[in-house]
Amino acid sequence: MLVNLAQNLLNGLMTGMLIAIPAIGFSAIYAVLRYPNFAIAAYATIGAFAGWWLNSTFGLGIVWIILIAFCVSGVVGVAAEQVTLARLRPAGVLTVAIASIALNLMLENAVRFLFGNDLRGFDLAIQPDWRILALRIGPQQVQNMLLSLAIMAAVFLFLRYSPFGKAMRAVADNSDLARLKGINPTRIAVATIFMGAGLAGVGGVLLGLDTSIDPMTGARILLSIFAAAVLGGLGSIPGAVVGALLIGMAEEVSLLAFPATYKTAIGFVAILLILTLRPRGLLGERAL
Amino acid sequence: MLSYLLFTLTIGGIYAMLALSLNLIWGGVGMVNLGLAGFFAVGAYATAIVTGAGAPVIVGLGSALLAGVIVGLLVTYGTLRLRGDYLAIVTLGLAEVIRLIALNERWLTHGADGMSGIVAPLRSMVGSQAFNLGYLVFVSTVVILLWLLLRRLDHSPFGRAIKAVREDQELAAFAGKPVLRLKLQTFAVSAAVASLAGALYSHFQSYISPDHFQPLITIYIFLAVSAGGVGRPAGAVIGAYAVVAFLEGTRFVAELLPGVDPLQAAALREMLVGAALLLVLHLRPQGLLPERIQPARKT
Repeated sequence: MLVNLAQNLLNGLMTGMLIAIPAIGFSAIYAVLRYPNFAIAAYATIGAFAGWWLNSTFGLGIVWIILIAFCVSGVVGVAAEQVTLARLRPAGVLTVAIASIALNLMLENAVRFLFGNDLRGFDLAIQPDWRILALRIGPQQVQNMLLSLAIMAAVFLFLRYSPFGKAMRAVADNSDLARLKGINPTRIAVATIFMGAGLAGVGGVLLGLDTSIDPMTGARILLSIFAAAVLGGLGSIPGAVVGALLIGMAEEVSLLAFPATYKTAIGFVAILLILTLRPRGLLGERAL
Repeated sequence: MLSYLLFTLTIGGIYAMLALSLNLIWGGVGMVNLGLAGFFAVGAYATAIVTGAGAPVIVGLGSALLAGVIVGLLVTYGTLRLRGDYLAIVTLGLAEVIRLIALNERWLTHGADGMSGIVAPLRSMVGSQAFNLGYLVFVSTVVILLWLLLRRLDHSPFGRAIKAVREDQELAAFAGKPVLRLKLQTFAVSAAVASLAGALYSHFQSYISPDHFQPLITIYIFLAVSAGGVGRPAGAVIGAYAVVAFLEGTRFVAELLPGVDPLQAAALREMLVGAALLLVLHLRPQGLLPERIQPARKT
């Protein structure tokens, strides 16, 4: 029993590390542009397919795949945002959110049009699980966790020390004041979308390495991403990481009590609970 | 051909009811319900289960309304006081959870097999052609009644109060409007209308399964309401029929494209739906029939 619990917590930690990357992307976009971007699901799917295509066509190594998938999703995200969403911002948060749902539908079906509905897996050497004490752990999962940690570290360093990162935080904190100080809001918006969509794409790749991918890959994790971001506090990047780890562990531990088919419902329950008890989330600002 | 037309118009009527439901909450208090397909499913399953146990259809419709209201209030009670984007996320999750329950609670919903043999009132007596015609008349009558009712609501003190909440809820609260109660009441009525649409769908189709309640339906209805004009019940109704016509029209066009397999054709159609919604939001955000704002009375 205790071993089962420990095993599920460990699996949950690894799931959480995967969700954390797109959740950071979602939260960064929310922090700077103040709208929930539903197209994050399609960006994850696009990243996953870009990575899979590079892997199966050129046999590229994992680091290259992640870098290129980041750029592909980022470029698609910026182009889509500028063409379809940017001009709607004055019309209000809900209008942009609804438009991002329409955008998500278009992108997801563009992937379906090009690649079909089949499941696809990365071409990876199959390795046996390691056994540590009584726990099973896959080498691929360990690699994913290390990659995820490295990406998180890069994001934190970027936001903390680079001029762009500092400007993003300034806009997120107070956009009027940031503009007064001469920060160009359009440039920051573009940089944020690039980073957010790119991170979603990387999340898609990591997910693809762990399981397999199809055009619904992003849509399936959307609820977990939202749950992570809301749990941590919408717009808070450390919050998104904490939220993702908690959601990942809650999803896996729920398997001990509920059938696996209800795993995605955990995210919803978490959203309801946190919004009823502490709407601003664990590390967020006010939500009223 | 005739039965196809009857079928399409009936579905149009059911979509019109969903559009009226969305228009009430979106055009009214300015919040969005991304779980419309979920409420649609709740109504459909509620009446299927109740009438399946032997209750008359009218009881089934009543329990569908009740189920919609209860689910709506349970889920939104904690979130209606928050900003609108939170409600959007919660309702999106709700629709997914309702679909999971419909898929997995086989004792209640028969899972992926769906529920068949749902009572179709009078069909065995009058034959299916007459039933389809009669049902179209029935659904259309309900749509017209709902439209008249909701239009009346728009011009009532309640309608003005919820639009005040939409424009500026702090100001509305300052003017003494019970903001939270207005939101709850509006959401409850909106959920009831969506559930009623589901119940009517259930008795029309005689068969429902989780596949009938894809999140895509919610997007269709958003397209209908924004194309028709947010805040204008007549616009929502016209928008819904227009969307059904658009969906049926693109079905034929997509089949004619050379070198495109059925899956790709379906993907193209869904892309068109997304593109249409984006185009409406960009080019005509006020919709076909813009909202009519009543001028303030001169004092």
